[in-house]
Amino acid sequence: MKRFLWPLGIFILLVGFLAVGLTLKPREVPSPLVGKPAPAFDLPVLHQPDKRFVPGEMRGKVWLLNVWASWCVSCREEHPVLVELAKRGVMPILGLNYKDKGDEATAWLKRFGDPYQLSVVDADGRIGIDYGVYGVPETYLIDAEGVIRFKQIGPLTMAIVEQKVLPLAKALQK
Amino acid sequence: MIPEIGNFALIVALAIALAQAALSLTGAARRIPAFVAVARPAAQGQFVFVAAAFGCLAWSFYSNDFSVLNVASNSNSSLPAAYRIAATWGSHEGSLLLWVLMLSAWMLAVSVFSGSLPADMLARILGVMGLINVGFLSFMLFTSNPFDRLLPAAADGRDLNPLLQDIGMIFHPPMLYMGYVGFSVAFAFAIAALLDGRLDATWARWSRPWTTAAWVFLTLGIALGSWWAYYELGWGGWWFWDPVENASFMPWLIGTALIHSLAVTEKRGAFKAWTVLLAIIAFSLSLLGTFLVRSGVLTSVHAFATDPKRGIFILAFLAVVIGGSLALYAWRMNKVAPGARFELLSRESMLLANSVLLVVACAAVLLGTLYPLFLDALGLGKISVGPPYFDSVFAPLMAPAVLLAGIGPLLAWRKGDGAQLARRLRWAAIVALIGALFLPLAFGRWAALTSVGLLLAFWIISGAVTAFIIRYRMKTSMSAAFFGMLLAHAGIGVFIVGVTLVKSYETERDLRMEPGDTAMLGGYSFRFEGVREVRGPNYAAARGAITVQRDGETIARLAPEKRTYFVQRNPMTEAAINAGISRDIFVALGDAVGGDAWTVRIHIKPFIRWIWFGCLMMAFGGLLAASDRRYRIAARRPEDASAADATLIRSGAA
Repeated sequence: MKRFLWPLGIFILLVGFLAVGLTLKPREVPSPLVGKPAPAFDLPVLHQPDKRFVPGEMRGKVWLLNVWASWCVSCREEHPVLVELAKRGVMPILGLNYKDKGDEATAWLKRFGDPYQLSVVDADGRIGIDYGVYGVPETYLIDAEGVIRFKQIGPLTMAIVEQKVLPLAKALQK
Repeated sequence: MIPEIGNFALIVALAIALAQAALSLTGAARRIPAFVAVARPAAQGQFVFVAAAFGCLAWSFYSNDFSVLNVASNSNSSLPAAYRIAATWGSHEGSLLLWVLMLSAWMLAVSVFSGSLPADMLARILGVMGLINVGFLSFMLFTSNPFDRLLPAAADGRDLNPLLQDIGMIFHPPMLYMGYVGFSVAFAFAIAALLDGRLDATWARWSRPWTTAAWVFLTLGIALGSWWAYYELGWGGWWFWDPVENASFMPWLIGTALIHSLAVTEKRGAFKAWTVLLAIIAFSLSLLGTFLVRSGVLTSVHAFATDPKRGIFILAFLAVVIGGSLALYAWRMNKVAPGARFELLSRESMLLANSVLLVVACAAVLLGTLYPLFLDALGLGKISVGPPYFDSVFAPLMAPAVLLAGIGPLLAWRKGDGAQLARRLRWAAIVALIGALFLPLAFGRWAALTSVGLLLAFWIISGAVTAFIIRYRMKTSMSAAFFGMLLAHAGIGVFIVGVTLVKSYETERDLRMEPGDTAMLGGYSFRFEGVREVRGPNYAAARGAITVQRDGETIARLAPEKRTYFVQRNPMTEAAINAGISRDIFVALGDAVGGDAWTVRIHIKPFIRWIWFGCLMMAFGGLLAASDRRYRIAARRPEDASAADATLIRSGAA
């Protein structure tokens, strides 16, 4: 008798998890970082591994930090939007190459186009932790004072860019 | 007016479904013939009203009725007519209606092709299916009505997602849903048998053609989706282990285990508890997939717009239907007599091992799909699980299953003969081993994993061929079912050949090309002739022209496109493919990089067609098996069939 109860038991456990899952919002976790200074880092640059980059270099500019990886399917979906945005030249876009392999990352950029002014390498995801990255892609809009003003979890779409990112960036650039 | 008729038809269908579920289940339990008699006409009436509702929604899309919110959000007056109709199932609401339509169609089919079923059994089956439809119809009417109005009406619609404007959108979702929902028949048969306490070979024989038919549709649906992703997404991949792909793949794995387990239950009366459990799980996973896609608990490229209210509704429904059936299973199963015994070396044990492996593989996929959710729910952090996990866990689990599938058809039921098996398989083993060792050399590069993949493929194919030859020599007539099984097994081999060769020998180049530039890849030369602007019905595109030559002979002129759709403005890559049996030449246009130069990506994918051709063989094999004559004979003479089965079980148990 008991062994026939196993499937039911496992299922009840699963339903419990799914019920908790409903209260979580994987796409819309409010970032405690919005309104706070962007966490500092000092990371090697993807295309020039001997060079390093710190966010302080972007002081005085409004810029986007986009977390990406060559293994991430949604990044490919998002990528044309970034390329288009870079073409317009409204603001610099920097990449945070997250938990990726260097050669795969450069090959990926070569294939799909490189919208980034530069990409920094966060190979073990330590900086990702500081930024609260839990899924790739994510994008942060950072103002001239180095404060995070907006965070997009999941891929940017043209609609989000037009409706949220660009108006906010224009306002901040004034 | 038309949308109101559709809405009304849905309400009537819900009322009929309620009556069908309540009356036929009570009627069968209390033996009230008048109630039992309701099942068949109710199921048919339900189909008429659901089909009418579906027609109304399709008409609203076709006639550009932008006063319907669903139409305004997912269509546009400049969208070509075929896609306007396909847009009917392009949204959450519309695809639910498609779900319900498929369920009603299966119900209609059961009510028409079940002359031989005892009336109370049929009533129970249709009652269970009606109950499922009650859930989905009320879900649709209360949380996601496809006929909701938008007042004042929009001037034009927001258009269908450009990714979905493709021939794949017309065929893939209906096929997939037909398969997904088709497992509800096997589920309903299982629940009906549990309620009735009549879990025997006859029950398995009735279930088999239905289960196989659903499996055929699911196989085709998944293959179509993979093929669509291959050419439409422009990445050249054919499977991404995305949560939504997994949601359709898990029922397929369990469904595969189920059709094999049903065979044992029918022929030998064994594995009853296991078969019933698989029937419940297969459909439960279909429901779970519906939940995952629509509740927003997982992120995926496929996900529909989500709303927590919907998630709670489906979860509650899930808990009632699956929880209820598993409880029924636990309560009833211990009363079922154990099946016939069998030796370790027998077809039964091969099939049992195979279905266990398939279930474990499915569990691994489920774990990978839900792992981010589990960790998140326990507060242990947020992670994503990608292809590396699935590739490294799935392939090793499937490899022994493929090995066993090569042996199984050659073994006798109950007690196999080891020496005879070794003799029979000697040639298959030699052919597979030599082929697998030396074929990679023909491609110029030998790798152990390539050989292992090919070994599995050749093993299962030559096993199937051996079984065919043995049957042929025995001069007994081969049943369509047996031939279908061999064909499906060979299809797995063909599929593995495709996967192995693509993974091992695909090549690609990313190039910056100016008009007149020529590049070489894999013995082909690619001449870039330039790009010109073209206009489609609802998009503008840059269309490249690339001439592909081999040894000075022109093989193809390819025209990859980069499209911008007028309404949603997203750039879309439309790859151009020259398909062939031994290779696909895949060309995609990147971006303009100054002057007339463009980035161009070229892939050569050896034997990639074999992946889908293998799936077609599996589906066709399934079709042959489902249409086997003996199901129809059994249908005409149910008494004889069950008598024969009873004898079979007795002699097997003795």
